[in-house]
Amino acid sequence: MNASALVPLPVVLPLFGAGLALALGRSARAQRVVSVVVLALVVVVAAVLLARADEHGPQVMHVGGWPAPIGISLVADRLSALMLLVSVVVALCVLVYSLSQGLVEYGPDTPLSIYHPTFLILVAGVANAFLSGDLFNLYVGFEILLAASYVLLTLGGTADRIRAGSTYVVVSLASSIVFLTALALVYAATGTVSLAQLAGRLDELPSGVSLMLQLMLLTAFAIKAAVFPLSAWLPDSYPTAPAPVTAVFAGLLTKVGVYAIIRTQTLLFPDSPLSDLLLWAALLTMVIGILGAVAQDDLKRMLSFTLVSHIGYMVFGVALASDDGLSGAIYYVVHHIVIQTNLFLVAGLIERRGGSTSLERLGGLARLSPALALLFFVPAMNLAGIPPFSGFLGKLGLMQAGVDDGGWLAYVLVAGSVVTSLLTLYAMAKAWNRAFWQPPAPAPDDAAGPRTDLHRKPVRTATPVNGRVATVALRAGMAGPAAVLLLVGVAMTVFAGPLFGLTDRAAADLRERTPYVEAVLPGGAP
Amino acid sequence: MSANLVLVAVVGVLFAAGVYLLLERSLTRVLIGVILIGNGVNTLFLVASGPAGRAPIVGLSDVDDMSDPLPQALVLTAIVITLGVTAFLLAMAYRAWQLNGHDDVQDDVEDAAIRRRAERDEVSSSYDDSAGGTMDEEGSDEAAETAGERR
Repeated sequence: MNASALVPLPVVLPLFGAGLALALGRSARAQRVVSVVVLALVVVVAAVLLARADEHGPQVMHVGGWPAPIGISLVADRLSALMLLVSVVVALCVLVYSLSQGLVEYGPDTPLSIYHPTFLILVAGVANAFLSGDLFNLYVGFEILLAASYVLLTLGGTADRIRAGSTYVVVSLASSIVFLTALALVYAATGTVSLAQLAGRLDELPSGVSLMLQLMLLTAFAIKAAVFPLSAWLPDSYPTAPAPVTAVFAGLLTKVGVYAIIRTQTLLFPDSPLSDLLLWAALLTMVIGILGAVAQDDLKRMLSFTLVSHIGYMVFGVALASDDGLSGAIYYVVHHIVIQTNLFLVAGLIERRGGSTSLERLGGLARLSPALALLFFVPAMNLAGIPPFSGFLGKLGLMQAGVDDGGWLAYVLVAGSVVTSLLTLYAMAKAWNRAFWQPPAPAPDDAAGPRTDLHRKPVRTATPVNGRVATVALRAGMAGPAAVLLLVGVAMTVFAGPLFGLTDRAAADLRERTPYVEAVLPGGAP
Repeated sequence: MSANLVLVAVVGVLFAAGVYLLLERSLTRVLIGVILIGNGVNTLFLVASGPAGRAPIVGLSDVDDMSDPLPQALVLTAIVITLGVTAFLLAMAYRAWQLNGHDDVQDDVEDAAIRRRAERDEVSSSYDDSAGGTMDEEGSDEAAETAGERR
């Protein structure tokens, strides 16, 4: 059997599953079975695709049988297959987590039946964006996942979520408009939207035109990836959503933006005159993001800021435009998808166990629940980059690439990433000390001023009674997926050698450009 | 390739008006802005497709006379997406109006809380002034005194 027939499955299966889940809306159990089975199938398909792409080069499917420049092609090369596999594994873990949570926290008013179809459509959009061999299809993938994310973010339509959702939707719309405008201009300049064909044709354009196209595409993707100064929307909109939704957004949505930046920078604009600009953006994203995290006293908001901050590392690797830099960036993306999702899931567990995510109200969780403490501690140290965790290895790879680059700006970036890493450790240690180690807070301190509470929603969680937090046992169904992600994070240390080998080969492919172009256009570009 | 100047001007006007509305606070105005810019982009695709020709059906006309079908396919897709997003934004604006009596995009509450604290010069609850680790601007004496009183 030809493996390239598998390429459209990660898009088609979730869409089909979404339709089925919607039709089965009456039966919550059938919905659950459908979503888990579909995502598990996609995990298998993605793993096969990655193995095939690594062994035999990019797997290409021309949809409808039309050859490349005319039809739409779906391409799974090493980068997209790897991103796809990690994303789907993470999505499956989040889904299992939300199944268990859903039984507890959604009241009868919440439209639970819409959750599963929307989640599957989100996965389909992410898969479509990763596999697209066509700039317009990439746009469609973005729109699919954004439309699903609008629904998930405003689930239930409470006042908080509508407030946060309106910012998110307007910002996302603005970025989509920039992207679509850039697409129209790309077509006007080159007469094609196929990535493989664009790779050749953009080189022939006058440098001014190609610079403008590059800037517009970068702006659109940087908003989605939350690169400073286009990142202010993220920490405001993510924390109000339900924990699994925030977790899957944090893991996947910004990384799709990063993937689009990697793809366009390497394939379309290889000799970028904007490397210095990207390096500055990376530095500011890292430092300003982490300073924001240090200032927060709500765990979910703090994690949202670290998410922004660590996007800077990936942009750093891309901006270096060397094999090592790209390889480090890809490794870091993979690491960060897993760890950031893991931390948000644990934040959801903390919210359930401690009744809040505000660090002012939490306390004594280490004694109350040692398992939860372990679940938080390992990914937190991983994110901060303590050896031997994968966060350390990824940062080390990026810093080595920065030192090899040798420019003064690259050295500044290396220094900036060390500072960011230390400040991440500080923020994580602060959260650890206050939520887990300090004695429980005496009582909710309402005299502290007109503080609006983010977490005022009809959720049945622990309530502090007489200074002691009433215990709500952790459910295995919720703690399990978090533990699985923790193990995946540890596995990235254990199998760091093969994984770095894979990202090295992926980065070499990207820099070379020809494997991708020749796989899509076997007869050469017309 | 020759571009149609009238269409280009239309695109410019639609974008300018759309951006102006997009910067408003009210979601309804934002929505109208999105629709205007969306139509602007669609027109831009028509500019990109070059001069209009005959229907692109093989056998009906000569290949050189045909208009470019691809941008029109792209525009159709974009129109459908704009329709869906418009429906969602309308629903969200209506829900915001139900909840708040207006449909303005609101400030970030936590951000506002931190700003208020900074204005009142409050320290966070984890700050321990008896540790004497940091000196404030008036010198360390005062902090040491208060720490002494407490003991």
